[in-house]
Formats: sequence, C-alpha cells, structure tokens
Amino acid sequence: MQFGIFSVSDITTDPTNGQTPTEHERIKNIVTIAKHAEEVGLDVFALGEHHNEPFFSSSPTTTLGYIAAQTDKLLLSTATTLITTNDPVKIAEDYAMLQHLSGGRVDLMMGRGNTGPVYPWFGKDIRAGIPLAIENYALLHKLWREHVVDWSGKFRTPLQSFTSTPRPLDGIPPFVWHGSIRSPEIAEQAAFYGDGFFANHIFWPKEHTQRMIALYRERFAHYGHGDPDQAIVGLGGQVFMRKNSQDAVKEFRPYFDNAPVYGHGPSLEDFTSQTPLTVGSPEQVIERTLGFREYVGDYQRQLFLLDHAGLPLKTVLEQLDLLGEEVVPVLRKEFASLKPAHVPDAPTHASMLLKAQEVTA
Amino acid sequence: MTRKLVVVSAGLSQPSSTRLLADQLTAAAVKDNDFDVTVIELRDLAHDIANHLLTGFPPAALKEALDAVAGADGLIAVTPIFTASYSGLFKSFFDVVDKDALVDKPVLIAATAGTARHSLALEHALRPMFAYLRAVVVPTAVFAATDDWGADSSDGYLQSRITRAASELVAEVGRREPVTVVDPFALTVDFKDLL
Repeated sequence: MQFGIFSVSDITTDPTNGQTPTEHERIKNIVTIAKHAEEVGLDVFALGEHHNEPFFSSSPTTTLGYIAAQTDKLLLSTATTLITTNDPVKIAEDYAMLQHLSGGRVDLMMGRGNTGPVYPWFGKDIRAGIPLAIENYALLHKLWREHVVDWSGKFRTPLQSFTSTPRPLDGIPPFVWHGSIRSPEIAEQAAFYGDGFFANHIFWPKEHTQRMIALYRERFAHYGHGDPDQAIVGLGGQVFMRKNSQDAVKEFRPYFDNAPVYGHGPSLEDFTSQTPLTVGSPEQVIERTLGFREYVGDYQRQLFLLDHAGLPLKTVLEQLDLLGEEVVPVLRKEFASLKPAHVPDAPTHASMLLKAQEVTA
Repeated sequence: MTRKLVVVSAGLSQPSSTRLLADQLTAAAVKDNDFDVTVIELRDLAHDIANHLLTGFPPAALKEALDAVAGADGLIAVTPIFTASYSGLFKSFFDVVDKDALVDKPVLIAATAGTARHSLALEHALRPMFAYLRAVVVPTAVFAATDDWGADSSDGYLQSRITRAASELVAEVGRREPVTVVDPFALTVDFKDLL
C-alpha cells in the first residue's frame, strides 16, 4: 500500500497571526514539504493544479520536475490534473517528459475542476465538463499508446499523423487515477479503462465515498479487468495530530474554523463525525484510517492533506514527522496483514515494466 | 395503497401558527385517505441547511429530509411571510433540494402572517418558485393571518379554503403513479455510449 500527501496549493492567511506567505515562500515551502515526505518514508507526493488565486500551482510539471531532481524514491503525482481545460496533447507531452526525467516516478490523477470561471479562460464551458473529461482522456490514452495518431473530436483541432514526444518511458504510459467527488460517470470511466479511482474523501460523508467506490469496483469487473476487489482504489484524508488529542483539537480549531471551503460552517466536532477528518492523537488517526478499509475494501493508496488552511511550514513538517514516525509504519503493517494475496498493489512504472516484459517473454 | 405525504413547515416560534396551519392542512388531506405523513420542521435543520450551503453536502438529518421530499407523492409547504416573501430559511431549504426532485410533484402552498395584506406573497413568491422547480402547485393556496385564528373567526372561511386546497392536492396525488427516486449511482448507460 502506498502512503503519501497531497497539496491543493492554497495560499491562505494563518488565522492565528494574520500572516500570509508570499507566493514565493509558499512555492519554496512546497518543495521542502515534498522532500520531507520522502525523508520520513512516505511514498507519494501529489500536487494540485489551479489557474486562479489563492492557489499557486498552475504549472505542476515544473514543480514536480524540480522535486524529482531532489528526491530518489518519491512517486510524484497530481491532485488533480485538469483533463477538461488542458489540451490532452500537452498533458501527454509534459507528463511523458516528467516520466523520463524522474525515472518513471510519476502517475497522474485526472479531475475536472469545479471552478466555473476558469473554463472560459481556456475556451471551455463547465457545462460540458463530463463530455470534455471523456473525450480528452480518450485522446490522451491514445497518444501514449499509439505512435502515430489520427484523431478528430468535438473539442479540439483534429490531429493528422501526430506523434506525441517524448514517447512514454520504456513504452509504458504513466498510471492514471480518476478523481471525482460526486460524478458516477467518472467512476465508470476509471472502470472502463481499468485505471485507478481516487475518492476525495474529505468533503463528503463516508457513505457517499462507499457508494462511489462500490460502483467503480462493480464496473471494473464488468469491463473485464478482474474481480471487484482487484480494482485500484485511492482515498484522500485529512488529519491533524499532536501526541495529546486535546492539544491537536485546540491547535487545529482556528485553522478549521477559518479554512477555505468549509470554514465558518459546521463545528470541528460535527465535521469530524460527518466526514473522515481526524483531529487527535496518532493512535486515533491510525484507528480511523484502518476503519476506511471496512467501507471501501482493501485499497492501494492513502493520501493525506496536511498543508492547507494557512498552517505554517513548521507545523506541516511536524505533522509529516508524526505521520512518518508513528502512523504510517503501523498502517503499513496492519493493512499488509489484512490484504488478501489476490488484491494487487497500485501499479508503478517498475511493476508495469515487469508485466510487459513477462508478456513479451 | 399508502401514499407518501411530506409536510415542510418553516415556522420559528413554539407554538407556531405556521405549524398549526400545516397540521390543519395535513389533517384535511389525510381525512379518508391512506397517507403516510412525514413532517419536516425546518427550524430543527437550520444549522444543517446553512452548513450544506457552505460545505456542499447535507448532514445526516438534512439528507433524510431531502430524501423524504424527493420521495414524496405529495408535498405541503408552509412558510411565514417575512419582509414581503417566504422566509429565508424556507428558501434556503428549497435551494438545497435537488433541482429535479419536485418535477411533476403535487404541492400545496400555504403561508401565515400578521395581517391579510401579505396574502399575495403566496402568488408572487411561492408559486413562481415551485413553478421554476416544475412542481404542480394546486390552484388553491392557503393564507392565514392572525385574524383567522381569532376568537370570532367562526365563519369557517379559512377552514373552507383548507378543505378545498387539501382535496385538490389529494386529487393530483391520485392522478399519479407512486414516486420512485432514481439512484444516482445506478448508471443507465454503457461507457462506450459516452465515448
């Protein structure tokens, strides 16, 4: 099982002291956070993509390439790559390039983006979000698998005799996850291709995630990729920890109360009971996280959101220390002991290469 | 066959004349009819409704109420009139109801206020809102002012409107098949057709 963190790249004022990091500070901080994720033994760092304030991450491959150069094992991913407003040709090129430079340490999570005004800036319409995601991904999938592509669709200039370069490393396209909070069509898309499905698992109650994953698993089997419990599932999650759970609650509350998205809404206590957010001791985080398996089944990737809502760098690094030292080692052991042998791990470049060599041998 | 009647009351005080009107309408509707009645007091859901607007998902109690409204064969919706219109709480609740949940659903609208001068709020505010949601609003809307609850209101004028409106609602419910709610997780298309 893979463990990691994902960042939405928000630049938010720290509500406890009124300080707002500059874009430059926040960008340098994210590199420090990613490097520390590797230092504490996490597997994955995933970065969001946004084209509007208060977010900085408009160019994820630049940031991930820079991180790749300063890390050895960390798998670099996205949370999410906008499959709607980006040109699939550019995604194919950029991430194949990142794949080569990082030595295959890259996968992607596709998302639609839910910020209405962004779409027209890129000549698109949010009302066509699902058809865009479906058509654009179909093209991206083809570009990575066919050397010369002839293609025409509804949303993009046709392609004649086009080859996306560089070709994927070793001829193995990066593994793709499809992320969606509430659209069954995207679970269906992930199942159709035999790709991974990632549930945001932050903003909605667990019952909702459970139904989305169940649909994905059922359709994964329907399309002939294996049994439902062999589908590739990832979950988000949100935690804040201190040794003493009361300290965690006290310290996190002002960040929660003023957070973008859910701030000034439900109480921390309500949100903790209604969603998978866990604020408490490392032991509580371990217990809650192990519980996820009970409603989604054995899954392959767990990403936590740590660096948001104006939390200072020092605090985020401390959270990473707790995650790496106290939480993830226990989770690794426990999840591994529970997982049946026929349930696969998430595909990596190495595992996909090995499989390809076995097929040709 | 038992049909499902859901009653939404946006009264705030205790006891509430809005709830009183809702109860009288409900009593008139269920008289001689086989209805399973669910009453939703929006006051109890006020925080949940605000939180849903902010977070994008309904807490459990609100989810239950929204599911009940979506699955209802008939709806009675009663609000106090505040500042020339439905109350903000009433509107906020219907703002988080799925936009297709009320399509072709028989709805009886009713309101309360201090004086009869507010009565047309039913026609200029509630009826258009439910028309937008493509509900079937019965012709008789029921308005009750403080006068109607007074000791000398024995002429039965309010009561006759309640009876008429309720019978209109019952007739519309009877004209339709029981409501079935589409499961959002049950896909009806194959992905190949989406491609």
